Amino acid sequence: MSVTEHIVRPEDFKLRSREAVADPKLRSNFRGAMDFLIERRAAQFPEGTVFTQLRKVGETVRKHALSRLPDLLDQLEINLQRLGVNVHYAENSADANRIFLEIAKRHHADMMIKGKSMVSEEIELNQAMATEGIECIESDMGEYILQIDGDRPSHIIMPAIHKTKQDIAKLFSEKIPGATYTEDVDELIAMGRSVLRDKFRDARIGVSGVNFMVAETGTLALVENEGNGRMCTTIPDVHIAITGIEKVVEKLEHIVPLYALLTRSATGQAVSTYFNLITGPRRVGEKDGPREMHLILLDNGRTQAYREEKFRATLQCIRCGACMNHCPVYTRVGGHSYGTAYPGPIGSIISPHLLGLSETRDLPTASSLCGACGEVCPVGIPIPEILMRLREAARNNNVGTDQALRGQASARKVLEALTWKAWRILYSNSFLYRPFVWVASRLRWLTPKNQAGWTKSRAPLRPAPRAMRELLAQRNKQRENK
Amino acid sequence: MSATHLSENQRARSAIFKRLREMPVSPLPAPDVQTYFRTQPTVLAQSSANRIERFITQAKSWRTEIIEATPGTWQEYIAEVAQKKSLQRLLAGRGTAFSDGLNRALSNKLSWYDEDLSEIKPILFSETDAGITTVRSGVAETGSLIVWPTHNEPRSLSLVPPVHIAILYASDIVETLYEAVSTQDWASGMPTNALLISGPSRTSDIQRTLAYGAHGPKELVLILIRDDVAAAQVRA
Repeated sequence: MSVTEHIVRPEDFKLRSREAVADPKLRSNFRGAMDFLIERRAAQFPEGTVFTQLRKVGETVRKHALSRLPDLLDQLEINLQRLGVNVHYAENSADANRIFLEIAKRHHADMMIKGKSMVSEEIELNQAMATEGIECIESDMGEYILQIDGDRPSHIIMPAIHKTKQDIAKLFSEKIPGATYTEDVDELIAMGRSVLRDKFRDARIGVSGVNFMVAETGTLALVENEGNGRMCTTIPDVHIAITGIEKVVEKLEHIVPLYALLTRSATGQAVSTYFNLITGPRRVGEKDGPREMHLILLDNGRTQAYREEKFRATLQCIRCGACMNHCPVYTRVGGHSYGTAYPGPIGSIISPHLLGLSETRDLPTASSLCGACGEVCPVGIPIPEILMRLREAARNNNVGTDQALRGQASARKVLEALTWKAWRILYSNSFLYRPFVWVASRLRWLTPKNQAGWTKSRAPLRPAPRAMRELLAQRNKQRENK
Repeated sequence: MSATHLSENQRARSAIFKRLREMPVSPLPAPDVQTYFRTQPTVLAQSSANRIERFITQAKSWRTEIIEATPGTWQEYIAEVAQKKSLQRLLAGRGTAFSDGLNRALSNKLSWYDEDLSEIKPILFSETDAGITTVRSGVAETGSLIVWPTHNEPRSLSLVPPVHIAILYASDIVETLYEAVSTQDWASGMPTNALLISGPSRTSDIQRTLAYGAHGPKELVLILIRDDVAAAQVRA
């Protein structure tokens, strides 16, 4: 279980989407899972006012923290160092993976046990460590299932939703030594538990993500239901946490509303089973907990989003997944089509900063702009607006930002740009527009039946037989004649 | 840490801070979390009179088994739990308000978490049926337990054994997590690990089907000592 077979690329989004839409099993799995999550969330916010009030607080917490981000990171670092935590900065995936490797080598570890961490997916930690002979074992049940199948997560909260219990029953009977085929979910979970218990016990290094970081206390907060996050951060001698630089807030009390928003928005739970607040490694006299603790703070393009006010709100995200649950596009094409660690609407606005607009240029177009993602976002990120700004940046060199985005204007096509220029001239000048329409309506029989991308799934566009102006003029004439 | 590592870290750190500081961002107003939690309708609508009843209802919704006891009867009940669930070996921490009582109630079934994790690991992972811990506070709004592990009651005690037995005084139940964090002034002295626990470990990762005992305890039993009412009023 090391090398992933299903690596897909964001460049293939359209191709993958077409395949996914034609797969009835995949579509029914996603429809079912999304309806379930939508219903669960709605039950947590029966009154709209409760949600809007709490969201206002959550949004203010995140906006306030981002407005002071470098200062808060400074404060966090000082407090963590005071507690004895090693703080590392990583500009990109290569930096982060190098840090993991150095720590693993120093401890002669050939295995790490991992809690759920989307940032570790982002840097492809498992693949990077595998090439160095170090095995990273996923311990979140969903992630574990995917790992032994060589598959990838398709949802940030419920990573294995694209699989049925029959798929998993078959997988376990083939991959877990001594396991017999059963579709009983309790038995399947017991099998996973038993395999992973040994790993928790024996691993020298535990890896986790982080949901929130508190600058004033140096606290790392982890939200989970299974207990594997607690295992990874409690049992091994070394704990390595990795997260994005944007996850910090100023005060401990600020994480209380964020936690309330996160669990309710993600899985429709008022609380998760565990809210695990970690403040430093094992202290003198304590009998357990890691003796050595590391925090890796990853940039990987986040500073690009930070620098432009029109994209900064992207970093408010608390990774609840509500936007994907409510997205009609995500529900139909599934998480794998995006070819990125973060799928769905949030992925479409964060991935262009992480990977560059060139590779991800199609992702901001993966939206009907229905606005559902923005409505349910627990921290008020204007996702539809940001999607439109990215569409604009993908096609234009100058969109009023101080610095070009990585891959800006990569989707620009000369013919398309010229066409719109011509359209603008034609449609803003009545001396050109009138004769143009007169000619177009008379030559409508010349309109091609095949109009590139448009006619793949739509009827061809044809000018009307007569322009509205002509029809009105005709009618007025007839009335006068009466 | 190697010298190259330090310089690499310094390089990454300066580059990131440079990019963040290059664009001056005007600080936005601090959130008023306090006003929100003091005035939110869901909290105001509740009277403190039935706080403990609400705690019980919520905790049960997470599948926490609740046994109501009095300061005089809790030892009997904990012995009964051990009996009913056939718990042969229970582990607890010395030096808590309940240590003596536990010793009397469970006698030869009880061991103490005295050694370092590295030494006690085989017993903890393979031979212990239940871990017993005290609870700092309960949260009525969500039926959650606030647990602060200590050197007496280490973190793994409420995590590794298949059953977690927790002991809570009813008078320690607060309304919300925010109330605990603010009135107990957590920010001025956080422990290595502070936990909010709501029910036994669970997962819905296989086709959205809820299953208990994913990686942590399969069962959570709460001995709720009703020090808030007269003993006669406590349900057996």
